[in-house]
Amino acid sequence: MKILVPIKRVVDPFAKVKPLPDGSGIDTTGLKFEINPFDEIAVEEAVRLKEKDPSIEIIAVSIGGPETEEQLRKALAMGADKALLVETTDPLDSTVVAAELAALVKELQPDIILMGKQATDDDNNQAGQMLAAKLDWPQATFAAKIERADGSLKVTRETDTGDETLELSLPCVVTTDLRLNEPRYIALPGIIKARSKPLEKRSRLTQATPKTRITKIEAPAARQAGRKVGSVDELVSALREKGVL
Amino acid sequence: MAKLLWIAFDANDAAPGASFARAIGASFDLLQLTGEPAMDVGAERVLSAGLAEIPNADALAKALAGQAGGYTHIGAVSAMRSKDVLARLAGLLDAAMVTDAIAAESPTSFKRPMVAGSIIATVEVLSEPVVLTVRPAGFAKTERGGSSPVSPIQIDGAGKTKRIGVSARGGQRPDLTQAKVIVSGGRPLKDAQTFESVIGGFADALGGAAGATRAAVDSGIAANELQVGQTGKIVAPDLYIAAGISGSTQHMAGIKDSKVIVAINKDPDAPIFDFADYGLVADLFEAIPAIREKLGK
Repeated sequence: MKILVPIKRVVDPFAKVKPLPDGSGIDTTGLKFEINPFDEIAVEEAVRLKEKDPSIEIIAVSIGGPETEEQLRKALAMGADKALLVETTDPLDSTVVAAELAALVKELQPDIILMGKQATDDDNNQAGQMLAAKLDWPQATFAAKIERADGSLKVTRETDTGDETLELSLPCVVTTDLRLNEPRYIALPGIIKARSKPLEKRSRLTQATPKTRITKIEAPAARQAGRKVGSVDELVSALREKGVL
Repeated sequence: MAKLLWIAFDANDAAPGASFARAIGASFDLLQLTGEPAMDVGAERVLSAGLAEIPNADALAKALAGQAGGYTHIGAVSAMRSKDVLARLAGLLDAAMVTDAIAAESPTSFKRPMVAGSIIATVEVLSEPVVLTVRPAGFAKTERGGSSPVSPIQIDGAGKTKRIGVSARGGQRPDLTQAKVIVSGGRPLKDAQTFESVIGGFADALGGAAGATRAAVDSGIAANELQVGQTGKIVAPDLYIAAGISGSTQHMAGIKDSKVIVAINKDPDAPIFDFADYGLVADLFEAIPAIREKLGK
């Protein structure tokens, strides 16, 4: 049993980010970078599955510049067995990521691909589904619970109106939502220890080029600040005046 | 000439297709998956699938791919169900995709929020067709009228996945994304019972929907599907009442298109007071009953 966990390096998801003054990108000055939190949940889930079945091999993979090694090392420290960095500085969008991952999957032949439902930088929520489409594999997005059965997975996923449980034959793609688990804390010694685990670097497998391009980054229009009301009476009158009560 | 295929998962999804089509200067066909076909939103034709439920993503994406020929744009209202299916459809069509479009600069350039709503990106689409999920609040409503021809189509719901359980909680309240009034609560609601009686009760009194913050959902106070914010539901009611909500960036990103935002919070320095149209510094457990009494509800 092999689980592939694609991860993305993203700007600190808890930092308040601003556009660069010229609108060409996000100002990342002084900000740290992390594993996309939803991908971290995917790594954690893979490790939990491995804790129940030690024969599972977990491969963490990322596509990006050399600095992405930092996030792959963290995935190794969490319990991934090996890591693979497709090293490139090419512009990427979800279609390129899906194409690269699909090519890797043909070679690595994983049984399960576990990845975040979206990255907290671009919030696209596309790559997992695109990858599943390219591979013609079943998918379960927004996973809140994963159970292994014989040759299949039972995935409870969050929907707009509640939860639903899907049974997926393997191989399959599962994208993780917030409530699937809480990733373990990895102290620095753990990350240093993981340095002995294998991390392979290689170049891109496809010539796919992005189908979208960000041309401008700006701050959202500020909502006009309102006023404080002094009492419930004043609030109710104001809302009646506005015609919303 | 732009031509849009608009996928309506239910009857409420139809009208935003007309708004989006107008914004990109496209004619459009409406593919209605469930519910009564909307003949009065200005579609050139309405394809009615008449499904009892939405099929799983693999089957539905494959069926939609079979209908997508000849269109420059394929879109749907942003929601978990549309993101599930349309991103897979984009993969099948080898198409570009734009998630959560909030404005169209041109038929090939769209604005969308990123980084939990703290950034607005303009995204240029470099290939055709493009698949989009669209947030209706960003697009002006169109007049309803006329009568589009309707033809039935067959959508094969059989795929590789099996749906073995559903636990829809919904209840009697209106859907968050459709509600005119929403009352939302945060962690100060303490537990599920308190949330239901204070927030749910107030929502019922106003004929509205109940919503919650991510913190309230994570601590088990409210059900997952009530979560409002960038990672939950994006809402745009006439009146949004936030009780015991501090106003995180990700929560505000989900409510900023509301017509009127009211904040009730004990902490006078809560960031939500910088966004709210009306702020009341008060204990929600006193303020909400007082408001209800005043309204006689």
